Amino acid sequence: MQELLEILKGLHPDVDFENCKTLIDDKILDSFDIISIVSEVYEEFDVTISAEYIKPENFNSAEALYDLIRKLEDEE
Amino acid sequence: MLFTSYEFVAFLFLVLVLYYVLPGKFQWQFLLFAGYLFYFAAGPTYLLYILTTTVTVWFAACRMEKVRERQTEYLKEHKDKLGKEEKKSYKAKMKSKLWRWLLLMLLFNLGILAVVKYSNFAIVNINRIISAAGGERTLSLRNLVLPMGISFYTFQALGYLIDVYRGTVKAEKNLFRFALFVSFFPQLVQGPISRFGDLSATLFKSHPFQARTVCFGLERVLWGYFKKLVIADRMLVGVNTIIGDTDTYRGAYVFVGMMFYALELYADFTGGIDITIGVAEAMGIRVTENFNRPFFSKSIKEYWRRWHITMGTWFTDYIFYPISVCRPMLKVSKFARAHFGEQIGKRVPVYLSSFAVWLATGIWHGAGWNFVAWGLGNWIIIMISQEFEPLYEKFHGRFRVEGKTPWKMFQILRTILLMSCLRMFDCYRDVPLTFRMFGSMFTRWDMSIFRDGSMYGLGLSGPDYMVLLAGTVLMIAVSCIQRKGKVREMIAEKPYPVRFVIWYGLFLAVLLLGAYGAGYDASQFIYNQF
Repeated sequence: MQELLEILKGLHPDVDFENCKTLIDDKILDSFDIISIVSEVYEEFDVTISAEYIKPENFNSAEALYDLIRKLEDEE
Repeated sequence: MLFTSYEFVAFLFLVLVLYYVLPGKFQWQFLLFAGYLFYFAAGPTYLLYILTTTVTVWFAACRMEKVRERQTEYLKEHKDKLGKEEKKSYKAKMKSKLWRWLLLMLLFNLGILAVVKYSNFAIVNINRIISAAGGERTLSLRNLVLPMGISFYTFQALGYLIDVYRGTVKAEKNLFRFALFVSFFPQLVQGPISRFGDLSATLFKSHPFQARTVCFGLERVLWGYFKKLVIADRMLVGVNTIIGDTDTYRGAYVFVGMMFYALELYADFTGGIDITIGVAEAMGIRVTENFNRPFFSKSIKEYWRRWHITMGTWFTDYIFYPISVCRPMLKVSKFARAHFGEQIGKRVPVYLSSFAVWLATGIWHGAGWNFVAWGLGNWIIIMISQEFEPLYEKFHGRFRVEGKTPWKMFQILRTILLMSCLRMFDCYRDVPLTFRMFGSMFTRWDMSIFRDGSMYGLGLSGPDYMVLLAGTVLMIAVSCIQRKGKVREMIAEKPYPVRFVIWYGLFLAVLLLGAYGAGYDASQFIYNQF
C-alpha cells in the first residue's frame, strides 16, 4: 500500500489519499492522472490494469485501487 | 425528415398520441416501428445500412454472451479439478474467442462507415499523390450515399458490443429490443451516443400518460426550436456571407464570422439535442445529457468534458484508455523512462493516446484535412496547457487570482476565443485558407466596419441583430439559472398566468422570429452531416 500511496502522492502531493474516497467523483484525478497511475503500477507491481477495469469505483480511493491491484496480481 | 420540418412536427404529434393510446406493453414495439418509418422517410436505402449494423452487432453480442456463459459453467463444474494455471489458460482461450468476435464486428462495421464516409476523401488524396508523381491515370470518385446518422448509430452499437466484451453489460437477447436501442428515432439524427445500460433503463418500460412529463418534454423541445430557428439559423446567414466571399470579408470580418459561428454551432447543436432529449422525455424515456454549459469552461480540457459529453466519454472509454493502458504502450513507456528519464516516460502514453483520440475525433467529424487539423489543434492546445499547469499554479499562488471573478471571466473568455479560433477549420473547410483568414485578423483589422453600417451588409438587418442579442442574452440567462437549479421546475412552480406567458411567449417567438418562410429555408442541423 505504501508504494501505491507514493505513486499517488507523486501526482498530487496536496491530496489526502489515505482518507479520500471520491478521487474520481470529485474530479481530483483526471484521465491523464489515471494513465500515469496505470503505467506506474505496471512499473512498480508488474500488473496490467486493462481498460475494462478503469471505472470510477476502482479509482475513487487508494484502498479500492490497491484491492484491484491485489486481485489482478492474483489473476496474473 | 428534418427536426425543423412541418412533416416532423406532424410525425411527432401522431407518434405521441399513438404512443399513449397504445397499451404500455406495446409502446417500445411502436417506437421501433416509428424509428424505421422515420429512417425510411430519410432515404429507403439507408435502412439497409442500419439493419446490417443492428443484426451483425446483435448476433455477435449474443455469441459473445454464449462464450461467457460457457466459461462460467465450465469453471463452476471443474472448480475443484482445475489448477490456477489451467484456469488461467482456459480463461485466456475464451477471452481470445470473445476478442475474435469483437474484432470481426469492429472491422466490418467501421469498414462500412469508412467506405461510405471516407472513400472519396481517400480517392482525392490518392489522385493528388498520383499527379504529384507525374502519373496521368486517376481514380474516379464513387457515388455513395452517406446514411443519416451513420457515425452516431455505428458508435452507439459498437460501444454496446465493447461493453458486452468487457462484461459490463449483458447481451440483449431480443433482436427487436436491440434494434430499438440502435434506431430510437429522436437520437438517430445527431446523437447523443447513448450507452445500452443507460438508455435501456427506461426505453423498454411502459410509460403511462403523465401531463407533467409530457409538458416538461415539450417545453424542452420548444426551447430547442427557439435556439435552432431563432438564433442558429439567423446567425447562419451572417456566417455564410462572411465565409462565402473570402476576398471581401477579411480582417475584423473574420473575427465577426468566427464569433457568429461559435454561437451558431452552440445554438444549433444544443438546440438539436434539446429537441432529442425533450421528445424522449415527453415519452418518459431518459436520454443522457450531452452538454453541461460548455461556454462556462475555464480551460479547453474542461470544455471537452462539458461539450458533446457522450462523444467525449465514448472516445475516452473505447479509444483513449484501451490504447494508453495496453501492454505495448506500457512497454514503450517503460522504455522511455529507462532511456529518457521519468518525466518523459510518464508523458509518452498520455501524449500518444491523446494524439490518437484527437485524430479520431477530427476524422469522425468529417472527411477532410480541415477536420484533421481541427482535431490536432485541440490536441496541441490541451498538451500545451497540460505542460504549463505547474506554471499556472505558480502564477495563481503568486498573484492570488484563483477563484476571483475577474480571473474566472478571463479564463472563460480565453476558452471561448481559443475554441472559436479552432472552429475556423470547420467553418472555412480548407486548411491553408483558414490560416490565411486567421492571419488577416492581425494584418487587415479595420474597426470602422463596426461603425459605418458594414455589419448590415452581412444579410442581417437591425431587427435581426436585436433578435440575436436578445436570444443570446436569454440563452446565457437560462444557463446561469441552470447553475442554481432546474429551469422547468422553477417555471412549474410559478402561478398559471406566468407559466402561460412564458410558454406562449416562447411559442410565438419560434413562430414569428424563426428563420423560415419566404426567402428562408430551415437549414439542416450542422451535426447531421457527421
